[in-house]
Amino acid sequence: MASSDRNRPLPRRILGLAVAASLLFAGVSGSARAQTAESMLNRPAPVFVRSGPGGARVDLAQDRGRVVLLNFWATWCAPCRTEMPRFAAWQKEYGPRGLRVVGVSIDDSEPPVRAFLEKLPVDYPVVMGDRALAEQYGGVLGVPVTFLIDRRGIIRGRFEGETDLRALETRMRRLLDSGSP
Amino acid sequence: MRTFAFCSRRTFCSGRAGESVLRACAAIVTVVLCATAAQAQSAFTVPASALVQPAALHHELEASPHGSLVLQVGSRMLFDEDHIPGAVYAGPASTPEGIEALRARVTPLARSRAIVLYCGCCPWDHCPNIAPAWSLLRGMGFTHVRVLFIAHNFGTDWVSKGYGVERSQ
Repeated sequence: MASSDRNRPLPRRILGLAVAASLLFAGVSGSARAQTAESMLNRPAPVFVRSGPGGARVDLAQDRGRVVLLNFWATWCAPCRTEMPRFAAWQKEYGPRGLRVVGVSIDDSEPPVRAFLEKLPVDYPVVMGDRALAEQYGGVLGVPVTFLIDRRGIIRGRFEGETDLRALETRMRRLLDSGSP
Repeated sequence: MRTFAFCSRRTFCSGRAGESVLRACAAIVTVVLCATAAQAQSAFTVPASALVQPAALHHELEASPHGSLVLQVGSRMLFDEDHIPGAVYAGPASTPEGIEALRARVTPLARSRAIVLYCGCCPWDHCPNIAPAWSLLRGMGFTHVRVLFIAHNFGTDWVSKGYGVERSQ
C-alpha cells in the first residue's frame, strides 16, 4: 500500500490527500463548530460596525466600559419576540448603570425587520447581521442566541434558545455591579 | 340581554350570574379556538409517522446521499452557515415568498419523490416554517414527504452531534 502510494505521480498523491482531508473535515466539522461556540466564552468579543433599519448604527468597539447584551434574533422567531420587550425594559432600567442592549437580526432582508420594529419598537439599536458576523461569534445556528459581554469587552455568557430570563438578568446585574460605567 | 335561548336551564343561564358564567364560557371557547388556530400553524400538526429523527437521517444520508431530496425551508443565513450535505435552500415557508419558492422548486418533481423537509431555526414548537411547508407538499400530492424533527435548533440537534454539514460557497 505504502509502496503503491510512493509510485503514484505526486499530483495524484496530493489530490488524494486533499480529498482525504476534506472528507475528514466534513466528518468533524459539526463538533468542531460546537466547540467554537463554547470556546467563545471568556474571550474578547469580536468587534463590528453594523447598521440597521431607521438609521441604527453600532460600533461595538465604542461600547467598551459598558456591559453589552448582544442578542441575535429574527422576526419569525417566537421566543425572540417574547424576549425583546424584556430587553427593552432592561435597557431602560439598567442603561444608566452601563447596560447597552444590541439586537442583531438574522432575517434575510431588512424590510421585514423594519416592519416588525414599527409594530414593536424597542429602545435599543437593531442592526442587520450576516453569516460573517455569526461566524465571528462561533456560529449562530438557531435563534435566539444572546451574549453577555463585560465592561472590558470579554464574552462572559452565551444563552441559546428559550432562555431563563431571570437567570440572564442575574448574570447581567452581576456584570453591571463589577465596575462603574 | 338577560336570557339565553340556547340554555336548557333558565335558572342557571338567566340573570347576572348566568351572564357571567356564559361570558366565562365564551372566553374559554375563544382561548381554545385561538390556541387551535395557533396549533394549526405549529410543527405539531405534522404527524409523528412523518417525522424522521436526526440520527436516523444522518445514517440514511451516509448510506444513500441522493436517496431523498432534502429541502431547507428556513433562514438563508442559517443555511449558508451550515446545512445538511446536499440539501437545497427553498426559502422560509412562513412567508409568501418562501412558499412560492418552495412550490416552484418541487413543481417539476414526481409526486412519489422522497423529500425531507427541515428548518431548525428555533425550537420545534415555535418553528413557523415546517407546518406551511408540510401542508403545501401534501396538498400538492407528494406522497413521500418526511420532516426532520429538530427539537431545539439545527446547531444543537444536528451540528453539535457531529453529523455532516456543508457550507454555502
